[in-house]
Amino acid sequence: MKEKLQGILQAAREQLAAAADARALDEARVKFLGKKGELTALLKGMKDVAAEERPVVGQMINDVRAEIETIIDKQKAVIAEAALAHKLEAETIDVTLPGEEVVIGKEHPLNIVLDELKEIFIGLGFSIAEGPEVELDHYNFEALNIPKDHPARDTQDTFYISDNVVLRTQTSGMQVRVMEQKKPPIRIIAPGRVYRSDAVDATHSPLFHQIEGLVVDKGIRMSDLKGILELFAKKLYGEDTVVRFRPHHFPFTEPSAEMDIQCYRCHGAGCPLCKGEGWIEILGCGMVHPKVLETSGIDPEEYSGYAFGIGLERTVMGRFKIDDIRLFYENDVRFLHQF
Amino acid sequence: MKLPLSWLSDYTDISGVTPKEYDAKLTMSGSKVEEVYHLGEEISNVVVGRINEMTRHPNSDHMWICQIDVGEEVIQICTGAWNVHVGDLIPVAKHKSTLPGGIKITKGKLRGEASNGMLCSLKELQLDTHNVPYAVIKPAAILNDYCCLKGEKPSLPEELTAGYKIFGKTVAAKVLSVKTTGYSRYDLTVDFGAGETALSTDCSNIHEGDFIAVDTAALTVCTPDDLHAQAAEFPHCITDGILILDEDCKPGDDIKKVLGLDEWVADFEITSNRPDCLSVIGLARETAATFDRPFHVNAPVVKGVGDDINKYMSVEVKDPDLCPRYTARLVRNIKIEPSPAWMRERLHASGVRPINNIVDITNYVMLEYGQPMHAFDYSCLSDGKIVVRRARNGESIQTLDGVDHDLTDKMLAICDNDKPVAVAGVMGGANSEIEDDTRTVVFESACFHGATVRVTAKALGMRTEASGRFEKGLDPRMTLDAVNRACELVEQLGAGEVIDGIIDVDNSDPNPKRLPFEPDKMNGLLGLSLSDAEQQAYLEKLGFTVENGEVTVPSFRTDIARMCDLAEEVARMYGYDKIPTTLYAGEMVQGEYTPKQQAERAAALVCREAGFDESMTHSFISPKFYDMIGWAADDPRRISTTILNPLGEDFSIMRTTVLPSMLESLAHNHAHRNPTASLYELGTIYTPTVKNGKADPDVLPHEEKVLTLGSYGRLSFFQLKGVIEALCRELNIKGVQFVPEKNNPSYHPGRCASILAGGERIGVFGTVHPTVADRYGLSGEVLAAELRMDALFAAIDSVKLYHPLPKFPASTRDIAVLVDDAVPAASMQASIEKAAGTILESVKLFDVYKGKGIPEGKKSVAYSLSLRAPDRTLTDEECDKAMKDALAALEKDFGAALRS
Repeated sequence: MKEKLQGILQAAREQLAAAADARALDEARVKFLGKKGELTALLKGMKDVAAEERPVVGQMINDVRAEIETIIDKQKAVIAEAALAHKLEAETIDVTLPGEEVVIGKEHPLNIVLDELKEIFIGLGFSIAEGPEVELDHYNFEALNIPKDHPARDTQDTFYISDNVVLRTQTSGMQVRVMEQKKPPIRIIAPGRVYRSDAVDATHSPLFHQIEGLVVDKGIRMSDLKGILELFAKKLYGEDTVVRFRPHHFPFTEPSAEMDIQCYRCHGAGCPLCKGEGWIEILGCGMVHPKVLETSGIDPEEYSGYAFGIGLERTVMGRFKIDDIRLFYENDVRFLHQF
Repeated sequence: MKLPLSWLSDYTDISGVTPKEYDAKLTMSGSKVEEVYHLGEEISNVVVGRINEMTRHPNSDHMWICQIDVGEEVIQICTGAWNVHVGDLIPVAKHKSTLPGGIKITKGKLRGEASNGMLCSLKELQLDTHNVPYAVIKPAAILNDYCCLKGEKPSLPEELTAGYKIFGKTVAAKVLSVKTTGYSRYDLTVDFGAGETALSTDCSNIHEGDFIAVDTAALTVCTPDDLHAQAAEFPHCITDGILILDEDCKPGDDIKKVLGLDEWVADFEITSNRPDCLSVIGLARETAATFDRPFHVNAPVVKGVGDDINKYMSVEVKDPDLCPRYTARLVRNIKIEPSPAWMRERLHASGVRPINNIVDITNYVMLEYGQPMHAFDYSCLSDGKIVVRRARNGESIQTLDGVDHDLTDKMLAICDNDKPVAVAGVMGGANSEIEDDTRTVVFESACFHGATVRVTAKALGMRTEASGRFEKGLDPRMTLDAVNRACELVEQLGAGEVIDGIIDVDNSDPNPKRLPFEPDKMNGLLGLSLSDAEQQAYLEKLGFTVENGEVTVPSFRTDIARMCDLAEEVARMYGYDKIPTTLYAGEMVQGEYTPKQQAERAAALVCREAGFDESMTHSFISPKFYDMIGWAADDPRRISTTILNPLGEDFSIMRTTVLPSMLESLAHNHAHRNPTASLYELGTIYTPTVKNGKADPDVLPHEEKVLTLGSYGRLSFFQLKGVIEALCRELNIKGVQFVPEKNNPSYHPGRCASILAGGERIGVFGTVHPTVADRYGLSGEVLAAELRMDALFAAIDSVKLYHPLPKFPASTRDIAVLVDDAVPAASMQASIEKAAGTILESVKLFDVYKGKGIPEGKKSVAYSLSLRAPDRTLTDEECDKAMKDALAALEKDFGAALRS
């Protein structure tokens, strides 16, 4: 009996190991463990075994059965693994083929940088004000201490709609509009389009963008103006940016200044980018002129403030090394996709 | 303003300051230097040479070989110029020298003969006879240079002989010898067939052996003009030639020193508030203050020749509001001639062309003091009278530039008894111009009302140096010193005799401006803590005086009016770079986007996520753009805010739609062979207030943003619609409907929909009308959408509430019906939604079919309905009823038949 069982076990081992797929394995299982299987036949033959040996023989048969079942499970796993390996092999693709394009649009380069600027100033507690581009002469000039026939009007060749209505030549009029609507503390930037009667060429456009900044509160000092703009320049141009403030004149600020950054290409030595000066002009700024405060209904004895104006196009052209301002308004997708 | 730095030494001392340092320091103290350059920076290795010997070039009929002493050596140079003679001092560009315009000179051979450099003309040194007035070249007609013009008979025989009769008493003469007797003076011995004859001439191109034409009656040498010859007949007898120097110099001297080109010039950008810095004295004051050096201006001293100006002339200022001060002096026995070299050189370095002594003096004083001057010919003033008055309408004047101008009563004129002789502060009249025969000159030094000068100059279209200065508002205190300085220079130059007495009509306020001295306030504004004494010292360096708590403003500082102006003076003298950087620690203010700005950003983001690139276009367009997008001639949307002075028709009106600009951008891409382009622009439109059928130019137009999309080559109509639906979903806009829009001229009548939200039209989208697309050269389906941001924003439901996730399963049932082709799917859906009741969770169209098996004029439309109740699992009966109701509604509303 024992030999018989060992024979079955040996045969099962061999045949199960040879089963290459699930079907062959099942056939082998049926052969040994099925209702008409060899082991089942042995169990049926138990009645012929002596009563005292039955428990021993029964145990032996069950052991063999368990052994065979274990072998079947193992072989099942082997077959599944092989099948999976085969499947994976069959599914192999050329991963170097190009991906299918997901079309995501690009933001206009002017807005990419404007957004950065907005984020910087929002982080510094500024909000964003907006106002009309077709503007009253009053806001664009008069209230900014630039009366009719003031020579400063010549430097900003103006488009007129009527004697009293112009296309704004600067965003500075927003200073007055904001101060008229809101009492201090005021902290705003006002980005927008401005217009000057310049013929179109590589560096001139009759339409461009400025970002006006205005802070009004009690006790605002020129050192605060320097502080915030230096912070801004470092955020926009990098921590190692060197800035300088140079006296200048604007009718609506006093004292007035222009801020330069040291040329990021030559670090001050002078190169074609900075026209040999070593510095690149970035913005105009100053302390809000008391006349402008008065015109806007704010008492200059109680409050002071600073204002600044940044030219967006020039900033963006410097950033991306764009050499022709006209590209901004042609909207060629080959241009837009580069940013 | 171009400032020759050596001029500063008249008033201050900048010894030891390099030009670069000067540039940096002045820029930081408030006088922006655009550039500092050396006047002769392009000239190198050019020296004075003396011609020792001249021989004719063996291989050329017009060149000379010269042996030239250049100081350390004698070099050989070949030249084609004929105006040089042995003994002449001339500029020599030696081997390896440079000249203006990037020209480099090296040695070489000219027709086989060594030439170790080049002799220079004025032009080659970038000068002309205004700079060196003595160097005028007068050529004689050299007969051996004669060339017969094509197609004409020769006027001279091939072989000339002495005594050949040219015409009348003019005969050919052979030059036997030439001797230089003075600058451009030559003694000749010639033979014109009657033995040797001595002649004297100032023609500088005659050499031994030449044949010249001599007028035997007058015994003069003939020029090509005298022979009535054309220039081409004597190609080498020209007024151009080598510069013969008449200076105190010797061979080897650097030509830059000899001609006043050894000069550093600072070019300043002076801001409009500082007309006082448009002068050498003003800049010298700033320079002295910046470098902490002494500063002094000598008051001009005029000797005079007696007599009394009041005997000869009078001045009446009828409009003192426009002329606060008018000062005049009279100079007689004028001798018009070139100015001396030092004055010409200073003018030249300042960018002003020397003309003659009187004109130069007025320009010199303008540069020095910043006070524009004018000189009249006294003899042209009727009755010796000057009347300063507003011009009368209808009066006219011819100005110095020869242009006639009609004057108006808004302009100030300088008149004599009966006519205008100058436009005040702008330009003098031709009728009183200084001519070579002028004997007596009136020097005017006046102060005019800035705005009037500006308006006048603009109206007459002539911005002059003088008007540019007057319009900034000049100091009336300055006129007297300026006119005296002019007279002092007249005496110094020996240009005339200054008559005693000054006419000075002064209606200006003689009192200086005084402001309180508020050092604490100034510190407060600047964020500094300077002592009172420091602040006072800074102000005094600039000409202010501080006394008893009061600052007296010098009269030339017309820009100073309040404390903040003084603070700027202190700040720039202290140094802007030394002001600390602080961050204001006042009340905290939260920085943020407004909800509207957030919505715009969200909308733009959806567009980009959908593959649209952002575009930007001009806000001003051509009226023709409205034709391009098919708007009818009487479309009210054509009424646009109009620019009075546009750059051209293409930029002449403010757009009331972004669509044409968008199509233009698409067209640009299409024309540049980009296979697809999808763009969005958050563009502003400008809707005017309409008055009498026109845009009211005095009322600001309504400005609003329109989100405009355009696309070709990538999307279908329904894909674009999907983008719009996604946009509405992202912005949380509820109740969006699409309604066919059949009469929009810009769009395809069968492929265009209005976009409604809450019943309100917020925009439109569709396929661009093929005729419109065609006008832009666009082919294939072009799509566009226009959404008004204000309306979009108004439709946003800002409330977002959580709906519990369903606990019970949904039943999904499908229904397919046959309906007439024309029935809109959206209406059928609305009908289903209404009929199926509250258990309808959603309804989705999943198929539209026309064709085989469907009768002509009909379509099969299939919907999938999801049914669910929040509190129970639906029974089959409930679901069946909902489906039955839906079908019944479709049958009733659209005559639909269930497809089996």
